[in-house]
Amino acid sequence: MSMKVLLLAEHDGNTLNPSTARALACANGLGGEVHVVVFAASAGDVANAAAQLEGVAKVLTVERTENGAPLAAVLAPQIAALADGYDAVLAPSTTFGKDVLPRAAALLGAPQVSDIMEVVDAGARTFRRPMYAGNAIVDVKVPEGVKIIGTVRTASFQGAADGTSAAPIEAVSVAAELPSHSEYVGLASQESERPDLQSAPRVVSGGRGVGSEENFKVIFSLADKLGAAVGASRAAVDAGYVPNDMQVGQTGKIIAPDLYLAIGISGAIQHVTGIKDAGIIVAINKDPEAPIFEIADYGLVGDLFKLLPELEEAIG
Amino acid sequence: MKILVTVKRVIDYNVRVQVRRDGSGVETDGVKMSVNPFDEIAVEEALRLREAGVASEVVVASIGSADCQQQLRTALAMGADRAILVRADDVDMQPLYAARTLLKLVEKEAPGLVITGKQAIDDDCNQTGQMLAALWGRPQATFASELKVDGDSATTVREVDAGLETIRVQLPAVITTDLRLNEPRFVKMPDIMKAKRKPLEEIALADLAVEAPPGLEALTYAPPPQRSRGEMLEDVPALVSALKSRGVL
Ligand SMILES: Cc1cc2nc3c(=O)[nH]c(=O)nc-3n(C[C@H](O)[C@H](O)[C@H](O)COP(=O)(O)OP(=O)(O)OC[C@H]3O[C@@H](n4cnc5c(N)ncnc54)[C@H](O)[C@@H]3O)c2cc1C
Repeated sequence: MSMKVLLLAEHDGNTLNPSTARALACANGLGGEVHVVVFAASAGDVANAAAQLEGVAKVLTVERTENGAPLAAVLAPQIAALADGYDAVLAPSTTFGKDVLPRAAALLGAPQVSDIMEVVDAGARTFRRPMYAGNAIVDVKVPEGVKIIGTVRTASFQGAADGTSAAPIEAVSVAAELPSHSEYVGLASQESERPDLQSAPRVVSGGRGVGSEENFKVIFSLADKLGAAVGASRAAVDAGYVPNDMQVGQTGKIIAPDLYLAIGISGAIQHVTGIKDAGIIVAINKDPEAPIFEIADYGLVGDLFKLLPELEEAIG
Repeated sequence: MKILVTVKRVIDYNVRVQVRRDGSGVETDGVKMSVNPFDEIAVEEALRLREAGVASEVVVASIGSADCQQQLRTALAMGADRAILVRADDVDMQPLYAARTLLKLVEKEAPGLVITGKQAIDDDCNQTGQMLAALWGRPQATFASELKVDGDSATTVREVDAGLETIRVQLPAVITTDLRLNEPRFVKMPDIMKAKRKPLEEIALADLAVEAPPGLEALTYAPPPQRSRGEMLEDVPALVSALKSRGVL
């Protein structure tokens, strides 16, 4: 029996977030028919982008003004109502998916598999996920007769590419009573011309060793030279050097760039868990004993303020 | 207003967690246990709301074996007024089960606010607060880095991937904490003594008549694939040529 899979699209009202294509790669691994659902005030461009992705059988749009903001309390009852016709419901394990999907799962009375890294065996309903900040990897089975509900650890999957033809887009209306107890006020985000941290092939991160907000310009400068996104350790964020959305790690973003440079970062497990799937890790730290060197492919011991300008120069 | 705060007993965050050789779980023998760090932040936030006159009582709750008393005592020593331990020995207490159990406590205690950690650092599920809010039919504000209670609503700044999002929710509501919400206070010796005399009520899980939900079956545990220690290089030119040879520059 082939599974019917519902995948929740993540978007900002205008563009489809790349995490959706990555979660789709996981959904395709279930070996069934995948429908992507877009909740929006107006789904146009986002639905079109989703319809292009390889492996999407259909895009559903649920358009109503209340869906103009990503409020979990508003979206969850609609997801739960739509889920009726599906064997599995997936969402990316971003802050959006983490917020909304457990709420839908509870309404459905089903357990959720958080942070799926791998579909071990779709027929056996088994999935692999990390626990203990990635220090243990567990295989779990969703019991027979229970809907599969899961968030997808996007760093574990390559984003599905665009397919050769566009999937049909169907507007649906969902009968669900929506609460009025939650109100979206707004989003403060740093407008940046730099690549997106979660999907960039190269990332340069700075830690407490960078020392100040002002000093962080050496990190930005190297990143610009490399066309890289910029990340940070929690210590750097807490100290106010950079905003919270740049945090990499257990409680920040889990990323898998081809090249990761950790600059003035000691390498605490909570940070390292966010970069385990990176291709090549480079560490620059003045302390030769820093734990980051234990997982780095290449290490340089020295003062970052001396080494970074040299590195920029050498890259040319 | 009463605030209910959840407190989970977990392996201390400084412990290097080891998977048992037979793959049956992780080593817990002789391992230091603590309050889940996000829950500690939840307790701190509740205490600050009480100190600001917004809340009148802070009740902390845990679900698990008798050992959880230690973590509840820590929360009491921080300043919580009383504690409830739902005794669930040898129960696989997954998030949905915990949420259904907490709902029973919420019905009993009628809090104006429930504050939970955004995730427990053992299973890293990040589900229980959201699930409780769903079952309770009340708003949720997850990953909070700022919380302002104003009469019968709360304004929360949430740490989301795109930046900082603000939402306003009517009370009662469930808030889940992120790391930057506050810095928990240190517990002082006299407070530990005082905490011993604070009320800690035990309720048997069976007495709450919680319907056990379906759960995930954990099959095997394995250590993560290890990244091995790479090369220490002499200087920047060595790094650049190494990266070039690997095709990433
Ligand atoms: C529940 C929980 C969750 C957490 N989640 C995260 C998370 O998601 N992400 C995260 O990053 N952390 C997280 N942490 C925090 C983590 O434990 C560490 O405290 C943090 O990663 C340390 O950041 P850091 O390496 O920048 O700072 P430090 O540990 O202070 O290291 C600074 C490094 O800079 C080096 N240095 C200093 N000056 C120079 C110089 N001039 N040149 C070169 N090197 C220099 C030092 O040698 C040192 O190694 C979490 C903690 C907890 C308890």
